[in-house]
Amino acid sequence: MSMNSQGRPSEPKISGAGDQAGKVTFTGNRGLEHEVPLLFERAGNFETTGVDLPMPKRVQSRLGGLEREEPIGLPGLTEPEVMRHYVRLSQKNYAIDSGLYPLGSCTMKHNPRLNEKLARLPGFSDVHPLQPQSTVQGALALMQTLAGYLLELTGMASVALSPKAGAHGELCGMLAIKAALEARGDKRSVVLVPESAHGTNPATAVFMGYKVRSVAARADGTVSVEAVREALDSDVAAIMLTNPNTCGLFEPEIVAIADAVHEAGAFFYCDGANLNAIVGKVRPGDLGVDAMHINLHKTFSTPHGGGGPGSGPVVLSEALAPFAPVPYVLRDSAEFRIVEDAAQAKSDGGDPLGRLTAFHGQMGMFVRALSYMLSHGCDGMRQASEDAVLSANYVRTELRDLFTQPFGDRVCMHEVLFDDVFLKGTGVTTLDFAKAMIDEGYHPMTMYFPLVVHGAMLIEPTESETKEDLDLFIATLRYLAMQARKGNAELFTDAPVLAPRRRMDETRAARQPRLVWQPGIQAKT
Amino acid sequence: MADEYFTEDHEYIRVEAGVGTVGVSVHAQEQLGDVVYVEVPEVGRQATAGEAVAVVESVKAASEIFAPVAGEIVEVNTELDGSPALVNEDAEGKGWFFKLRVGDAAALEKLMNREAYTAFIAENG
Amino acid sequence: MRYLPLQEADRAVMLQAIGVDGIDDLFVDVPAGKLLDEPPALPLGKTEMEVERELGRLASQNVAAGSVPFFVGCGAYKHHIPASVDHLIQRSEFLTSYTPYQPEISQGTLQYLFEFQTQVARLMGMDLANASMYDGSTAAGEAVLMAHRITKRSKAIVSGGLHPQYRDVIETLSKHSGKVMDALHADPLGQEDLVSRIDDETSCVIVQYPDVYGRIQDLAPIAEAAHARGALLVVAVTEIVSLGLIKSPGEMGADIVVGEGQSIGNGLSFGGPYVGLFATRQKFTRQMPGRLCGETVDAEGKRGYVLTLSTREQHIRREKATSNICTNSGLCALAFTIHLSLLGQTGLKKLAEVNHGNAVVLADKLAAIAGVEVVTQAFFNEFTIRVNGDAGTIIDALTERGVLGGVAMSRLEPHDPSIRDLIIVASTEVNTDADRAVFVAALEDIVR
Repeated sequence: MSMNSQGRPSEPKISGAGDQAGKVTFTGNRGLEHEVPLLFERAGNFETTGVDLPMPKRVQSRLGGLEREEPIGLPGLTEPEVMRHYVRLSQKNYAIDSGLYPLGSCTMKHNPRLNEKLARLPGFSDVHPLQPQSTVQGALALMQTLAGYLLELTGMASVALSPKAGAHGELCGMLAIKAALEARGDKRSVVLVPESAHGTNPATAVFMGYKVRSVAARADGTVSVEAVREALDSDVAAIMLTNPNTCGLFEPEIVAIADAVHEAGAFFYCDGANLNAIVGKVRPGDLGVDAMHINLHKTFSTPHGGGGPGSGPVVLSEALAPFAPVPYVLRDSAEFRIVEDAAQAKSDGGDPLGRLTAFHGQMGMFVRALSYMLSHGCDGMRQASEDAVLSANYVRTELRDLFTQPFGDRVCMHEVLFDDVFLKGTGVTTLDFAKAMIDEGYHPMTMYFPLVVHGAMLIEPTESETKEDLDLFIATLRYLAMQARKGNAELFTDAPVLAPRRRMDETRAARQPRLVWQPGIQAKT
Repeated sequence: MADEYFTEDHEYIRVEAGVGTVGVSVHAQEQLGDVVYVEVPEVGRQATAGEAVAVVESVKAASEIFAPVAGEIVEVNTELDGSPALVNEDAEGKGWFFKLRVGDAAALEKLMNREAYTAFIAENG
Repeated sequence: MRYLPLQEADRAVMLQAIGVDGIDDLFVDVPAGKLLDEPPALPLGKTEMEVERELGRLASQNVAAGSVPFFVGCGAYKHHIPASVDHLIQRSEFLTSYTPYQPEISQGTLQYLFEFQTQVARLMGMDLANASMYDGSTAAGEAVLMAHRITKRSKAIVSGGLHPQYRDVIETLSKHSGKVMDALHADPLGQEDLVSRIDDETSCVIVQYPDVYGRIQDLAPIAEAAHARGALLVVAVTEIVSLGLIKSPGEMGADIVVGEGQSIGNGLSFGGPYVGLFATRQKFTRQMPGRLCGETVDAEGKRGYVLTLSTREQHIRREKATSNICTNSGLCALAFTIHLSLLGQTGLKKLAEVNHGNAVVLADKLAAIAGVEVVTQAFFNEFTIRVNGDAGTIIDALTERGVLGGVAMSRLEPHDPSIRDLIIVASTEVNTDADRAVFVAALEDIVR
């Protein structure tokens, strides 16, 4: 299949590494893309400052003789220099705003700009968490409203807003389960985790002192209730399941699994990373989930920011609700108040597991997520999930003749999983394939996850792509797959050749870690 | 004359005068890719057979190393700290991880000799 | 539906290509009766204008710090952020990019993280720093866990000068991982005897600098005492601007330094998102949690940066990871590094001097009020006053007069009767003479 709707040649010219990649310039710059020295390498900048400040008051020092004497070693730049430094750096980054980001399990959907505008209202951005509560009623009301939306969407009883990211939320949910077991005097030491789980799941369990017992998936990539029953005994505290799972599939036996887990006196922790497939379509509470973390930065559009900040509220069942950590917001008739103290929570009838962070949680992300939810509404959020699932299945359908699926061709949720069987004998690995995508202008999909699949490629297009963009993406992947089949391995093994950098020497970075700048030392070949 | 044995987890143990030098096989280092770090056990530690006592790290993976037989760790290879590449360059020589005083010599007989190990990797990949 | 590009015609074509009649055919694995027939019981989607109006109304019900005389600190501080910072972090390539797992197309993020790590290490007087944590309190929790791992002991001694919420985070983590926390009582006057509590089971001592009461003290004797027993000194810095003027924890012998970076580049934001700072000595590198960015070269020999030492992390080590943490606080770290690169050491020092000067002037004025005593001897930009009455009541009275005059310690420690008359007052560069005058007059009136 060749794509010709944009006057594109059916068989694109294959550029060698010496082509446009090869021109050597005086500056080392390449058109719009500039080489950027480190802040510390700019001469004479240790005395400069780009911030004008008032004169300090003349006072007797009250520093108790602890004045810092040595210069810190921090360069200062004026505003024009700073703008150029960071604008040039930014131009080396791929972003959702630049192109499709097919990262499975990351949900790289569009980040609405209204979210940014509203998060910056002084009434949200310029309030201190320890101001008297009477002066922050609007902020508390927003937290309550967000909590209400999360509860309605998930069908759960209570929500802890304070965890700062998904993994933090996971810890919160599992701690609630542990607290519930301890409250009924039940000492259990095992947690069930499928082999396909994300690494945070076993890491969290082990941190808490649990032994991890693996549950195998069956040939179709899902977990059977029989496998769970076999692994269950009176020593199991919980099962940690991702649903939809890390292979992009809805667990068909999830209700039966939840029932079996509850019968054994254990709890069901659900990793909510893939919630984007089912918002407005299925409620985890209806499936028997006891605790689930939600990634506001995935499902609810808060920006990924180059690696954070995230936000990981945790929804809890009736059984776990009493153990929610402090702080949480309550409403007393017309007034909102935040409960910050465990002893006070106890007098309200709760039994908090403790506190997971100072202050109240990621308010900046709460505003953004609520702005998204209000903008979409119940109809829009349902449509978004449907479009996410539709797009992933469309990609699956259009690639399945060339790409191989580890569990056979079947309906997927919001992401589709391929393995590297189709690359066998080509001399091209999943990694090579991904790097060739970079030259075509795409960020690679999630690679080598889940670990249970060889050379995994997990593609999640999200609901934010036009059909036109999906079609070009599909055509590009088809083109690359066919090039691999034809034996054009150099297209892949040299890639990327057009990005700001070629493949990095990660071995060297790990063997000789250079984690801070040091004068006089620069990495050379 | 040292006796050489291999495990199914691709460790080797070369025993001389009751002390075994343990590392990973040449085949293992090929599979691992570039080794970036080796976490060695503490001298004096008592290991049981099959216990995880060390970790070998490549860029994207970490693999556990198991004691081939029970014994006390008597020496560790301090060269590995600055030169983890030794494992790739000379896995069965300079890239050794630790030495242990063999507790039960009879247990060695259950391991493979080089011929058997070569056949093992040919079969299992 | 302004964020959903697919049109009805597209959907029809795609469904047909897939070979199903309707979208619910793709939800075929959902157990019977669990697929919702209708959207959830929530309002329908709203226009931008409506959303602005609704959330704008909620925002206007809050008193913004910039609209009143403002002296609230205790772990989050109001500083002036240059306009270019917020402008730069909103560039698409920073705001909407992902974690830099594909270094060839993430050198922007990776280079600023490398610069950030260098800045943090230097500020704290340590060998290296990571690419940030969620916030200061979780960084403190992780530091204690790291000390347990390094020393193979399980008891942490917690100073009574540590922010109570930081202490509570450490307690929650300790309780549920089988570790022990020995927390000393509230210590406004700096009288606690930490050193005598250190024994052979102690993995670390954790102190805050300046402490929650604003007090600064020489940490070298504590470092020595800890090291003598094989324990580590962990220092938590909640007001990072202080390090522009006072000795770094590193030069006093700290082994792990954590901090809250919010004061530089990041607004108050009602408690989050913030940015945790984490620095340590070279020899502890592999025990450090969180992401690390390292320098290397690419296939053409050009210098570049990558996330490195990933084998410590959960996605590889799984059960054996140093922590379950997955993410850092990217955009907040970017705001921090941009603001700090504008300030430089010269600007940071001057900023710190302005802060200290303002605090000293305010402290003197408050001390002159009958019924008010400044309890803290040595401080940076925050100090504690003792009032002749219930501190919480007085804070409320100040609020009614339009002044946000600090934090009653009882808000953080509701059950400790010994601190009920203490208020913690912060004073940064944003306070004017007029602010101070209003505050002083109001307080004088209240305690009369």
